[in-house]
Order: sequence, then C-alpha cells, then structure tokens
Amino acid sequence: MMATQLWQITDLLLALLALGLGWAAVSSRDLKRSVVFFIAFGLLLAIIWARLRAPDLALAEAAIGAGLSGALLLSALRDEGETAGVDDIQRGPIAALLSLLSIGLAAALAWVLVYTLGIADPVRMADEIAAQISNSGVTNPVTAVLLNFRAYDTLLELAVLLAAVLGILALGPARPAYRAAGPLLDGLIRWLVPLLVLTAGYLLWAGAHAPGGAFQAGAMLAAAAVMLRLGGHPGAGLPGPPLQRLLLTAGIAAFALVGIALMAAGHALLQYPAGWSGVLILLIETAATLAIATTLAMAYIGGRPVGWGPEAPTTKTVHNEERN
Amino acid sequence: MSDLIGLALVLLGLTFFVAGSIGVLRLPDLHSRLHALTKADNLGLGLLCTGLALIDGGVLNAVKLFLVWLLVLAASAAAAHMIAQQAMRQERK
Amino acid sequence: MSTTSAALLAGLVVLLLTLAIGLARAVIGPSLQDRMLSVQLLGTGGVAVLLLLAHVMATPALIDVALVLALLAAVAAAALTRREVDDV
Repeated sequence: MMATQLWQITDLLLALLALGLGWAAVSSRDLKRSVVFFIAFGLLLAIIWARLRAPDLALAEAAIGAGLSGALLLSALRDEGETAGVDDIQRGPIAALLSLLSIGLAAALAWVLVYTLGIADPVRMADEIAAQISNSGVTNPVTAVLLNFRAYDTLLELAVLLAAVLGILALGPARPAYRAAGPLLDGLIRWLVPLLVLTAGYLLWAGAHAPGGAFQAGAMLAAAAVMLRLGGHPGAGLPGPPLQRLLLTAGIAAFALVGIALMAAGHALLQYPAGWSGVLILLIETAATLAIATTLAMAYIGGRPVGWGPEAPTTKTVHNEERN
Repeated sequence: MSDLIGLALVLLGLTFFVAGSIGVLRLPDLHSRLHALTKADNLGLGLLCTGLALIDGGVLNAVKLFLVWLLVLAASAAAAHMIAQQAMRQERK
Repeated sequence: MSTTSAALLAGLVVLLLTLAIGLARAVIGPSLQDRMLSVQLLGTGGVAVLLLLAHVMATPALIDVALVLALLAAVAAAALTRREVDDV
C-alpha cells in the first residue's frame, strides 16, 4: 500500500533527523551552538511523539524540551561571556569511555524493545486501563494513570521537583535581572504572556478529557515566567517569598491533604470515593500546576530571589513599572 | 470539491515552504535569509491552514487553525526581528 | 486511507524533506544567528507538520500541540536573542 511506504519514509526521516540533531548538539565546540541544536532536537522530539500517537507527551516535550530546557541552558551560559566552548575533555579516554557506555545503553534499550515487541501473547497495560477508565473519574487515560491509578508516583515526582528546587535555592542568591526590555521584546511579552497563561488554564481543564494536564499546564505557566524574567522582571512575575513557599509545596500539600482526609473518612490513602474522583483529580491537578510552574520558574531564576535569605551584593537592577 | 481546492491550497503552501528552505540555503546574507524564512512562515502556513480548514470542514476547527496561523505570524515576525537585531549587534562589535 | 489523506501524507513527506534540507543552514551557517533562523524554520515547519499529522492521523489534539509549539518557539527565540548589556 502506498500509505505504508509513505509512513515508512516519514518515520525514517524523523529518525535520521533525530540522530543528526542529537549528534550536532553534543559534538559542537561552541556551547551556544549546542543549545541551538538542543532546542531543535526538542522540537523534533515533539513531532516524533505526535507521530507515535502520544499527544500528551508531545505537549510536554514542546513545552519543556523545546522551550524551557533551552532557556535554562542559556541562563546557565549567561556568565560565560562571548564564546563559551568546551575544553579538550571532549576528546580523550574519558570521552571514549562515555561513548562506549552510551552505545551499550542504546543497544540494551534496542534489544529490550525488539524483545518486547516480539512477545507472543502480551498483557497490554492499555487494555487494563481501558477496562477501568469509567471508574477513574476522567476520560483521558494518561490523566487517569497519573492522577488516579498511579497517583503515588505523581506525588513522589512532585517531591522530587521540590527537592530539586530546594537544591537550586541553596546554591546562592538569584542571578541579577536582565535589563528592561526594549519595545520589540516588550511588545512580544505583552501578548505572549497572557496567551501562555490562557493556554495553561485550557490545558489544565482539558486534561480530564483530552491531552493535557498538570505538567503541561505548569510548564506553560513557567514559560510565561521565563518571558517575564527575560523582559526585566527580577522576580519573573512570581509573588513574594511567603506565597512562593506556599506555591512550591501546593502540589504535595494537595495530595497529602486529600489523602489524609480520605483516610480519615475510612478509605485507603488516595483511594478516591466513587463520584468524587473527577473533582478531587481537578483539585489536585490545579494545585500541582501552580507548584510545577513555581518550581520551574524558580529553577530558571537560578537562586534565592530577594527576600528569601542572605543577600549578596547585587548590581543595580532596573525596575519596571507594574505590568497588568 | 472542497477537498480538491483544499488540497490545492495545501500544495501551494508547501511550495512556499520549499521556496523558503531553498532561500535559507542559497541566499548570500543573514538578512536576506531571514526574509526568505518569513515568507515560508506567513504564506506557506497561511495557505496550509486555509487548505486544511477547507478539507476538515467545521467552523470551530477553521477558527482554531486560523488562530494558530495568527500566532505563528506574530511570533515569527518578532523572532526574525530579534535575530536580525542581534546579528547587527555582533557586526558592530 | 482516503485519497485526500494519502495526498496529505505525501505532502508531509515533502515537507519533512524540505525541513531537513533547511537544517543544513544550521550546520553550515557561519554565524550563530544563521543557525537560529534555521531552527525557526524548523519551528514553523514543525507547526505545519503537526497540523498535517492532525488530519492524517485523525487526532485533533495535535492542533493543540501545534499551538503550544508555536508559543514555545517564540519563548526560545526570545531566550536566545536576549543580551546582557544591550537591549533587544
């Protein structure tokens, strides 16, 4: 069939592009060039997830892999100066060892994939989920797994995020803010930030019945914070430190409070009662969205913002008037 | 019938993408390449969206596609401008 | 697969080839800005690819992915071109 061949060509092109961009990202001497290729790789990966019928993953990859990771890497390169390059550790025995280990890992993963696909009578997780989805409170199977069937995993993921941001906060005071934005960037921010916030709300709401959910919505809000910080806001649009602390722990708190309340009512931890699942999931997801957004935004700021603790002697930052 | 028109529009949009790519490769200067790039963005994507809207039918779908095009228009215009400005800053140094 | 979808799929292959060729500028391009603009092409082309995939695979959610991709490509461009000392 003609269509099959076309799909095969598409998949081959996507795979080759992925390999090429990945190679270009790790083999560049100039680190800024590597970041550009890394962003391109993230864009391509989002397309690949879409091709593999995983719109939720495509959304997350587009938001986090293409946009936020690139911004984070660039912010890490900020202090490097004009040309940031890698020294000769790129070639030599350590590099050779790492290459061999990477190839070994890739070969192992490929073997696992081929083996799994060849099993005669597999038990498909998707069938189990489809059987139980009417009990889960949502109709999007990914959200059902993340927020209901495997809710403990999501709770622990939020804890990992919190631990990561605490580590970042412990590193030191935040980097100095950018200069106030010129008319071009300011104009871009004025429509992009509200649109990002709106899309975040949409993804959070749609997560129950369509691809979307807390992680994707949180990443969009974080992208809005990144834009604000790039435009010169030292605090990336976040509220003051007391509210920041509240927001950082909101996801875990929501999970814990719901779980404890359910246990007090006689259920097991996070065993949603029938009829309440949808509401509880939306509640937890909203809190998780805010927590994820604040976590990623503070990770981007890169240190303790003003008001958290011992201040470093900072350079003068230009304060913008309050944007609304 | 609308399928055929839609397909023709999509094809036309794709030719603009091809032209944009060739322009990015063959033109001599960064600024002229940016020019080629934005032609692909504006016209290529616009014709593609119109064609897909005709093929799919449905008002809500068409509105969504139109909004995506509008968004890409604004974003790519700003991005191209910012890239050009950064290039000029580098040249000045 | 209907003829329209097959035709769109063929268009998708052509588009991917075009984007791959356009990425050559990212490899060659002497300055960093040349590479950035090649990635911008990939971004807009990626939106187009996703819109085509949304129809061919009958997954309307991919239009949302295209929307998110467009937004985040703008954020990436802003992050790449932001300068310390000078204004944008």
